[in-house]
Amino acid sequence: MTETTPLHAMHVELGARMVPFAGYEMPVQYPGGIMTEHKHTRSAAGLFDVSHMGQITLTGPNRVSALESLMPVDIESLKPGQQRYAFFTNDAGGILDDMMVTNRGDDLLLVVNAACKEDDLKHLQTRIGTQCDITHHTDRALLALQGPLAVNVLRTIAPDVANLEFMQASRAEIAGESCYVSRSGYTGEDGFEISMTNEACEAVARALLEFDEVLPIGLGARDSLRLEAGLCLYGHDIDTQTTPVEANLRWALSRARRVDGDRPGGYPGSDVIATQLETGVSSKRVGIQPAGRAPVREGAILTDATGATVGRVTSGGFGPSVDGPVAMGYVNTEMSETGSELGAIVRGKTLPVTVAKLPFSPHRYKR
Amino acid sequence: MSDPKFTDDHEWARMDDGSVVTVGITAFAQDQLGEVVFVELPKVGSSVGQGDEAAVVESVKAAGEVKSPVSGEIVAVNEALVDNPALVNEDPVGEGWFYKVKVEDDSEFASLMEQTAYDQFVEGLA
Repeated sequence: MTETTPLHAMHVELGARMVPFAGYEMPVQYPGGIMTEHKHTRSAAGLFDVSHMGQITLTGPNRVSALESLMPVDIESLKPGQQRYAFFTNDAGGILDDMMVTNRGDDLLLVVNAACKEDDLKHLQTRIGTQCDITHHTDRALLALQGPLAVNVLRTIAPDVANLEFMQASRAEIAGESCYVSRSGYTGEDGFEISMTNEACEAVARALLEFDEVLPIGLGARDSLRLEAGLCLYGHDIDTQTTPVEANLRWALSRARRVDGDRPGGYPGSDVIATQLETGVSSKRVGIQPAGRAPVREGAILTDATGATVGRVTSGGFGPSVDGPVAMGYVNTEMSETGSELGAIVRGKTLPVTVAKLPFSPHRYKR
Repeated sequence: MSDPKFTDDHEWARMDDGSVVTVGITAFAQDQLGEVVFVELPKVGSSVGQGDEAAVVESVKAAGEVKSPVSGEIVAVNEALVDNPALVNEDPVGEGWFYKVKVEDDSEFASLMEQTAYDQFVEGLA
């Protein structure tokens, strides 16, 4: 059974091509096309319907310690109105899902991947269901307004949000509707994510689309934007078989939760992750820059000069802002230095690629 | 020059004269793919069989292949697509052609779908 978001009729009205994604019928692109939508987001502002994502809150006095028992991330130091990138780990240190966690003062808000949300809920209930109250807010929708002009647009209808910095959040009224707004997103650009009730979603979306600067953006450009920004897509670049260390997400492993931190370990797979931090990993996620014009896509095998397999591409395609193909994937650590020359097997041919620094398109967050 | 005929893989083919057929992808195919960013063309002088993957066409999102509607020898390729793959979107059945095949006879070409049949086929996919 395919679900729809509260904006389904609006997407169709705007001429979107709808495709099944994570159990939802979602817009992959509007009539302007992925290239136009991508570039518009980098130069102006794009509105994304991300209502398929799960919004889960944890309440109760033990919510912080409960959540910390599931992730290698410092939740205790998160001040009210602060957000942090986090992930659930399994006993092998693999990633069960990645998410944003926000301390909203009275609760912790988790924004999780659509494809993982049911499993996340089970995981939360099983592991910490007796320590805090877990609520899945199916009554709420989520919009993302991303791009350098997002702040100009949003400040004209919600002046206070302009004061937020990257990874800060607050309540705000938009189009007469009560919203919860964070300055974050998944495009590499400055921008906001706006949570509101399902009923309020269309009014907020239409108020934003009123601005000439704002175009609706589909999943196609969302993917090319996050790929250029070097951000992981769950189920592709990270999954239960990859640890945060292998995924090159060391920066997200909080000091306080490391071996020498204030609250070390105590989450699934902490021993594996501690060992990997200490002794290194055999393969890791890197950027892959194809030398030619041919896109190198997910699944392509990476080889060394002798033709031996040294890795695989986990995300790849064409980067409209880079104006060329971009990819990322896992390679053996000894081949993972920036500039390493590898081959990528595409349709039986070995194409030259090099290991590249991520992101391909510089992050432009408001710090 | 004949009217174009079509395959159910969304290629078009047009008989230029009695023996050379020009091949491309249809307006429907380019619309489904989205903005074309890369094209790989066959080698002039190589031979291609009917239904063989003769060329590659990639958009931002997806990779596709051009299956040859007819068999024969490749006698020309549209080099303009290499530098400007967007021609496939702008003029799929004109400037966006992929390659030309010299055919032995016109039997394969004759068996392809006429415009009206292809239009009905596409309508049936909606």
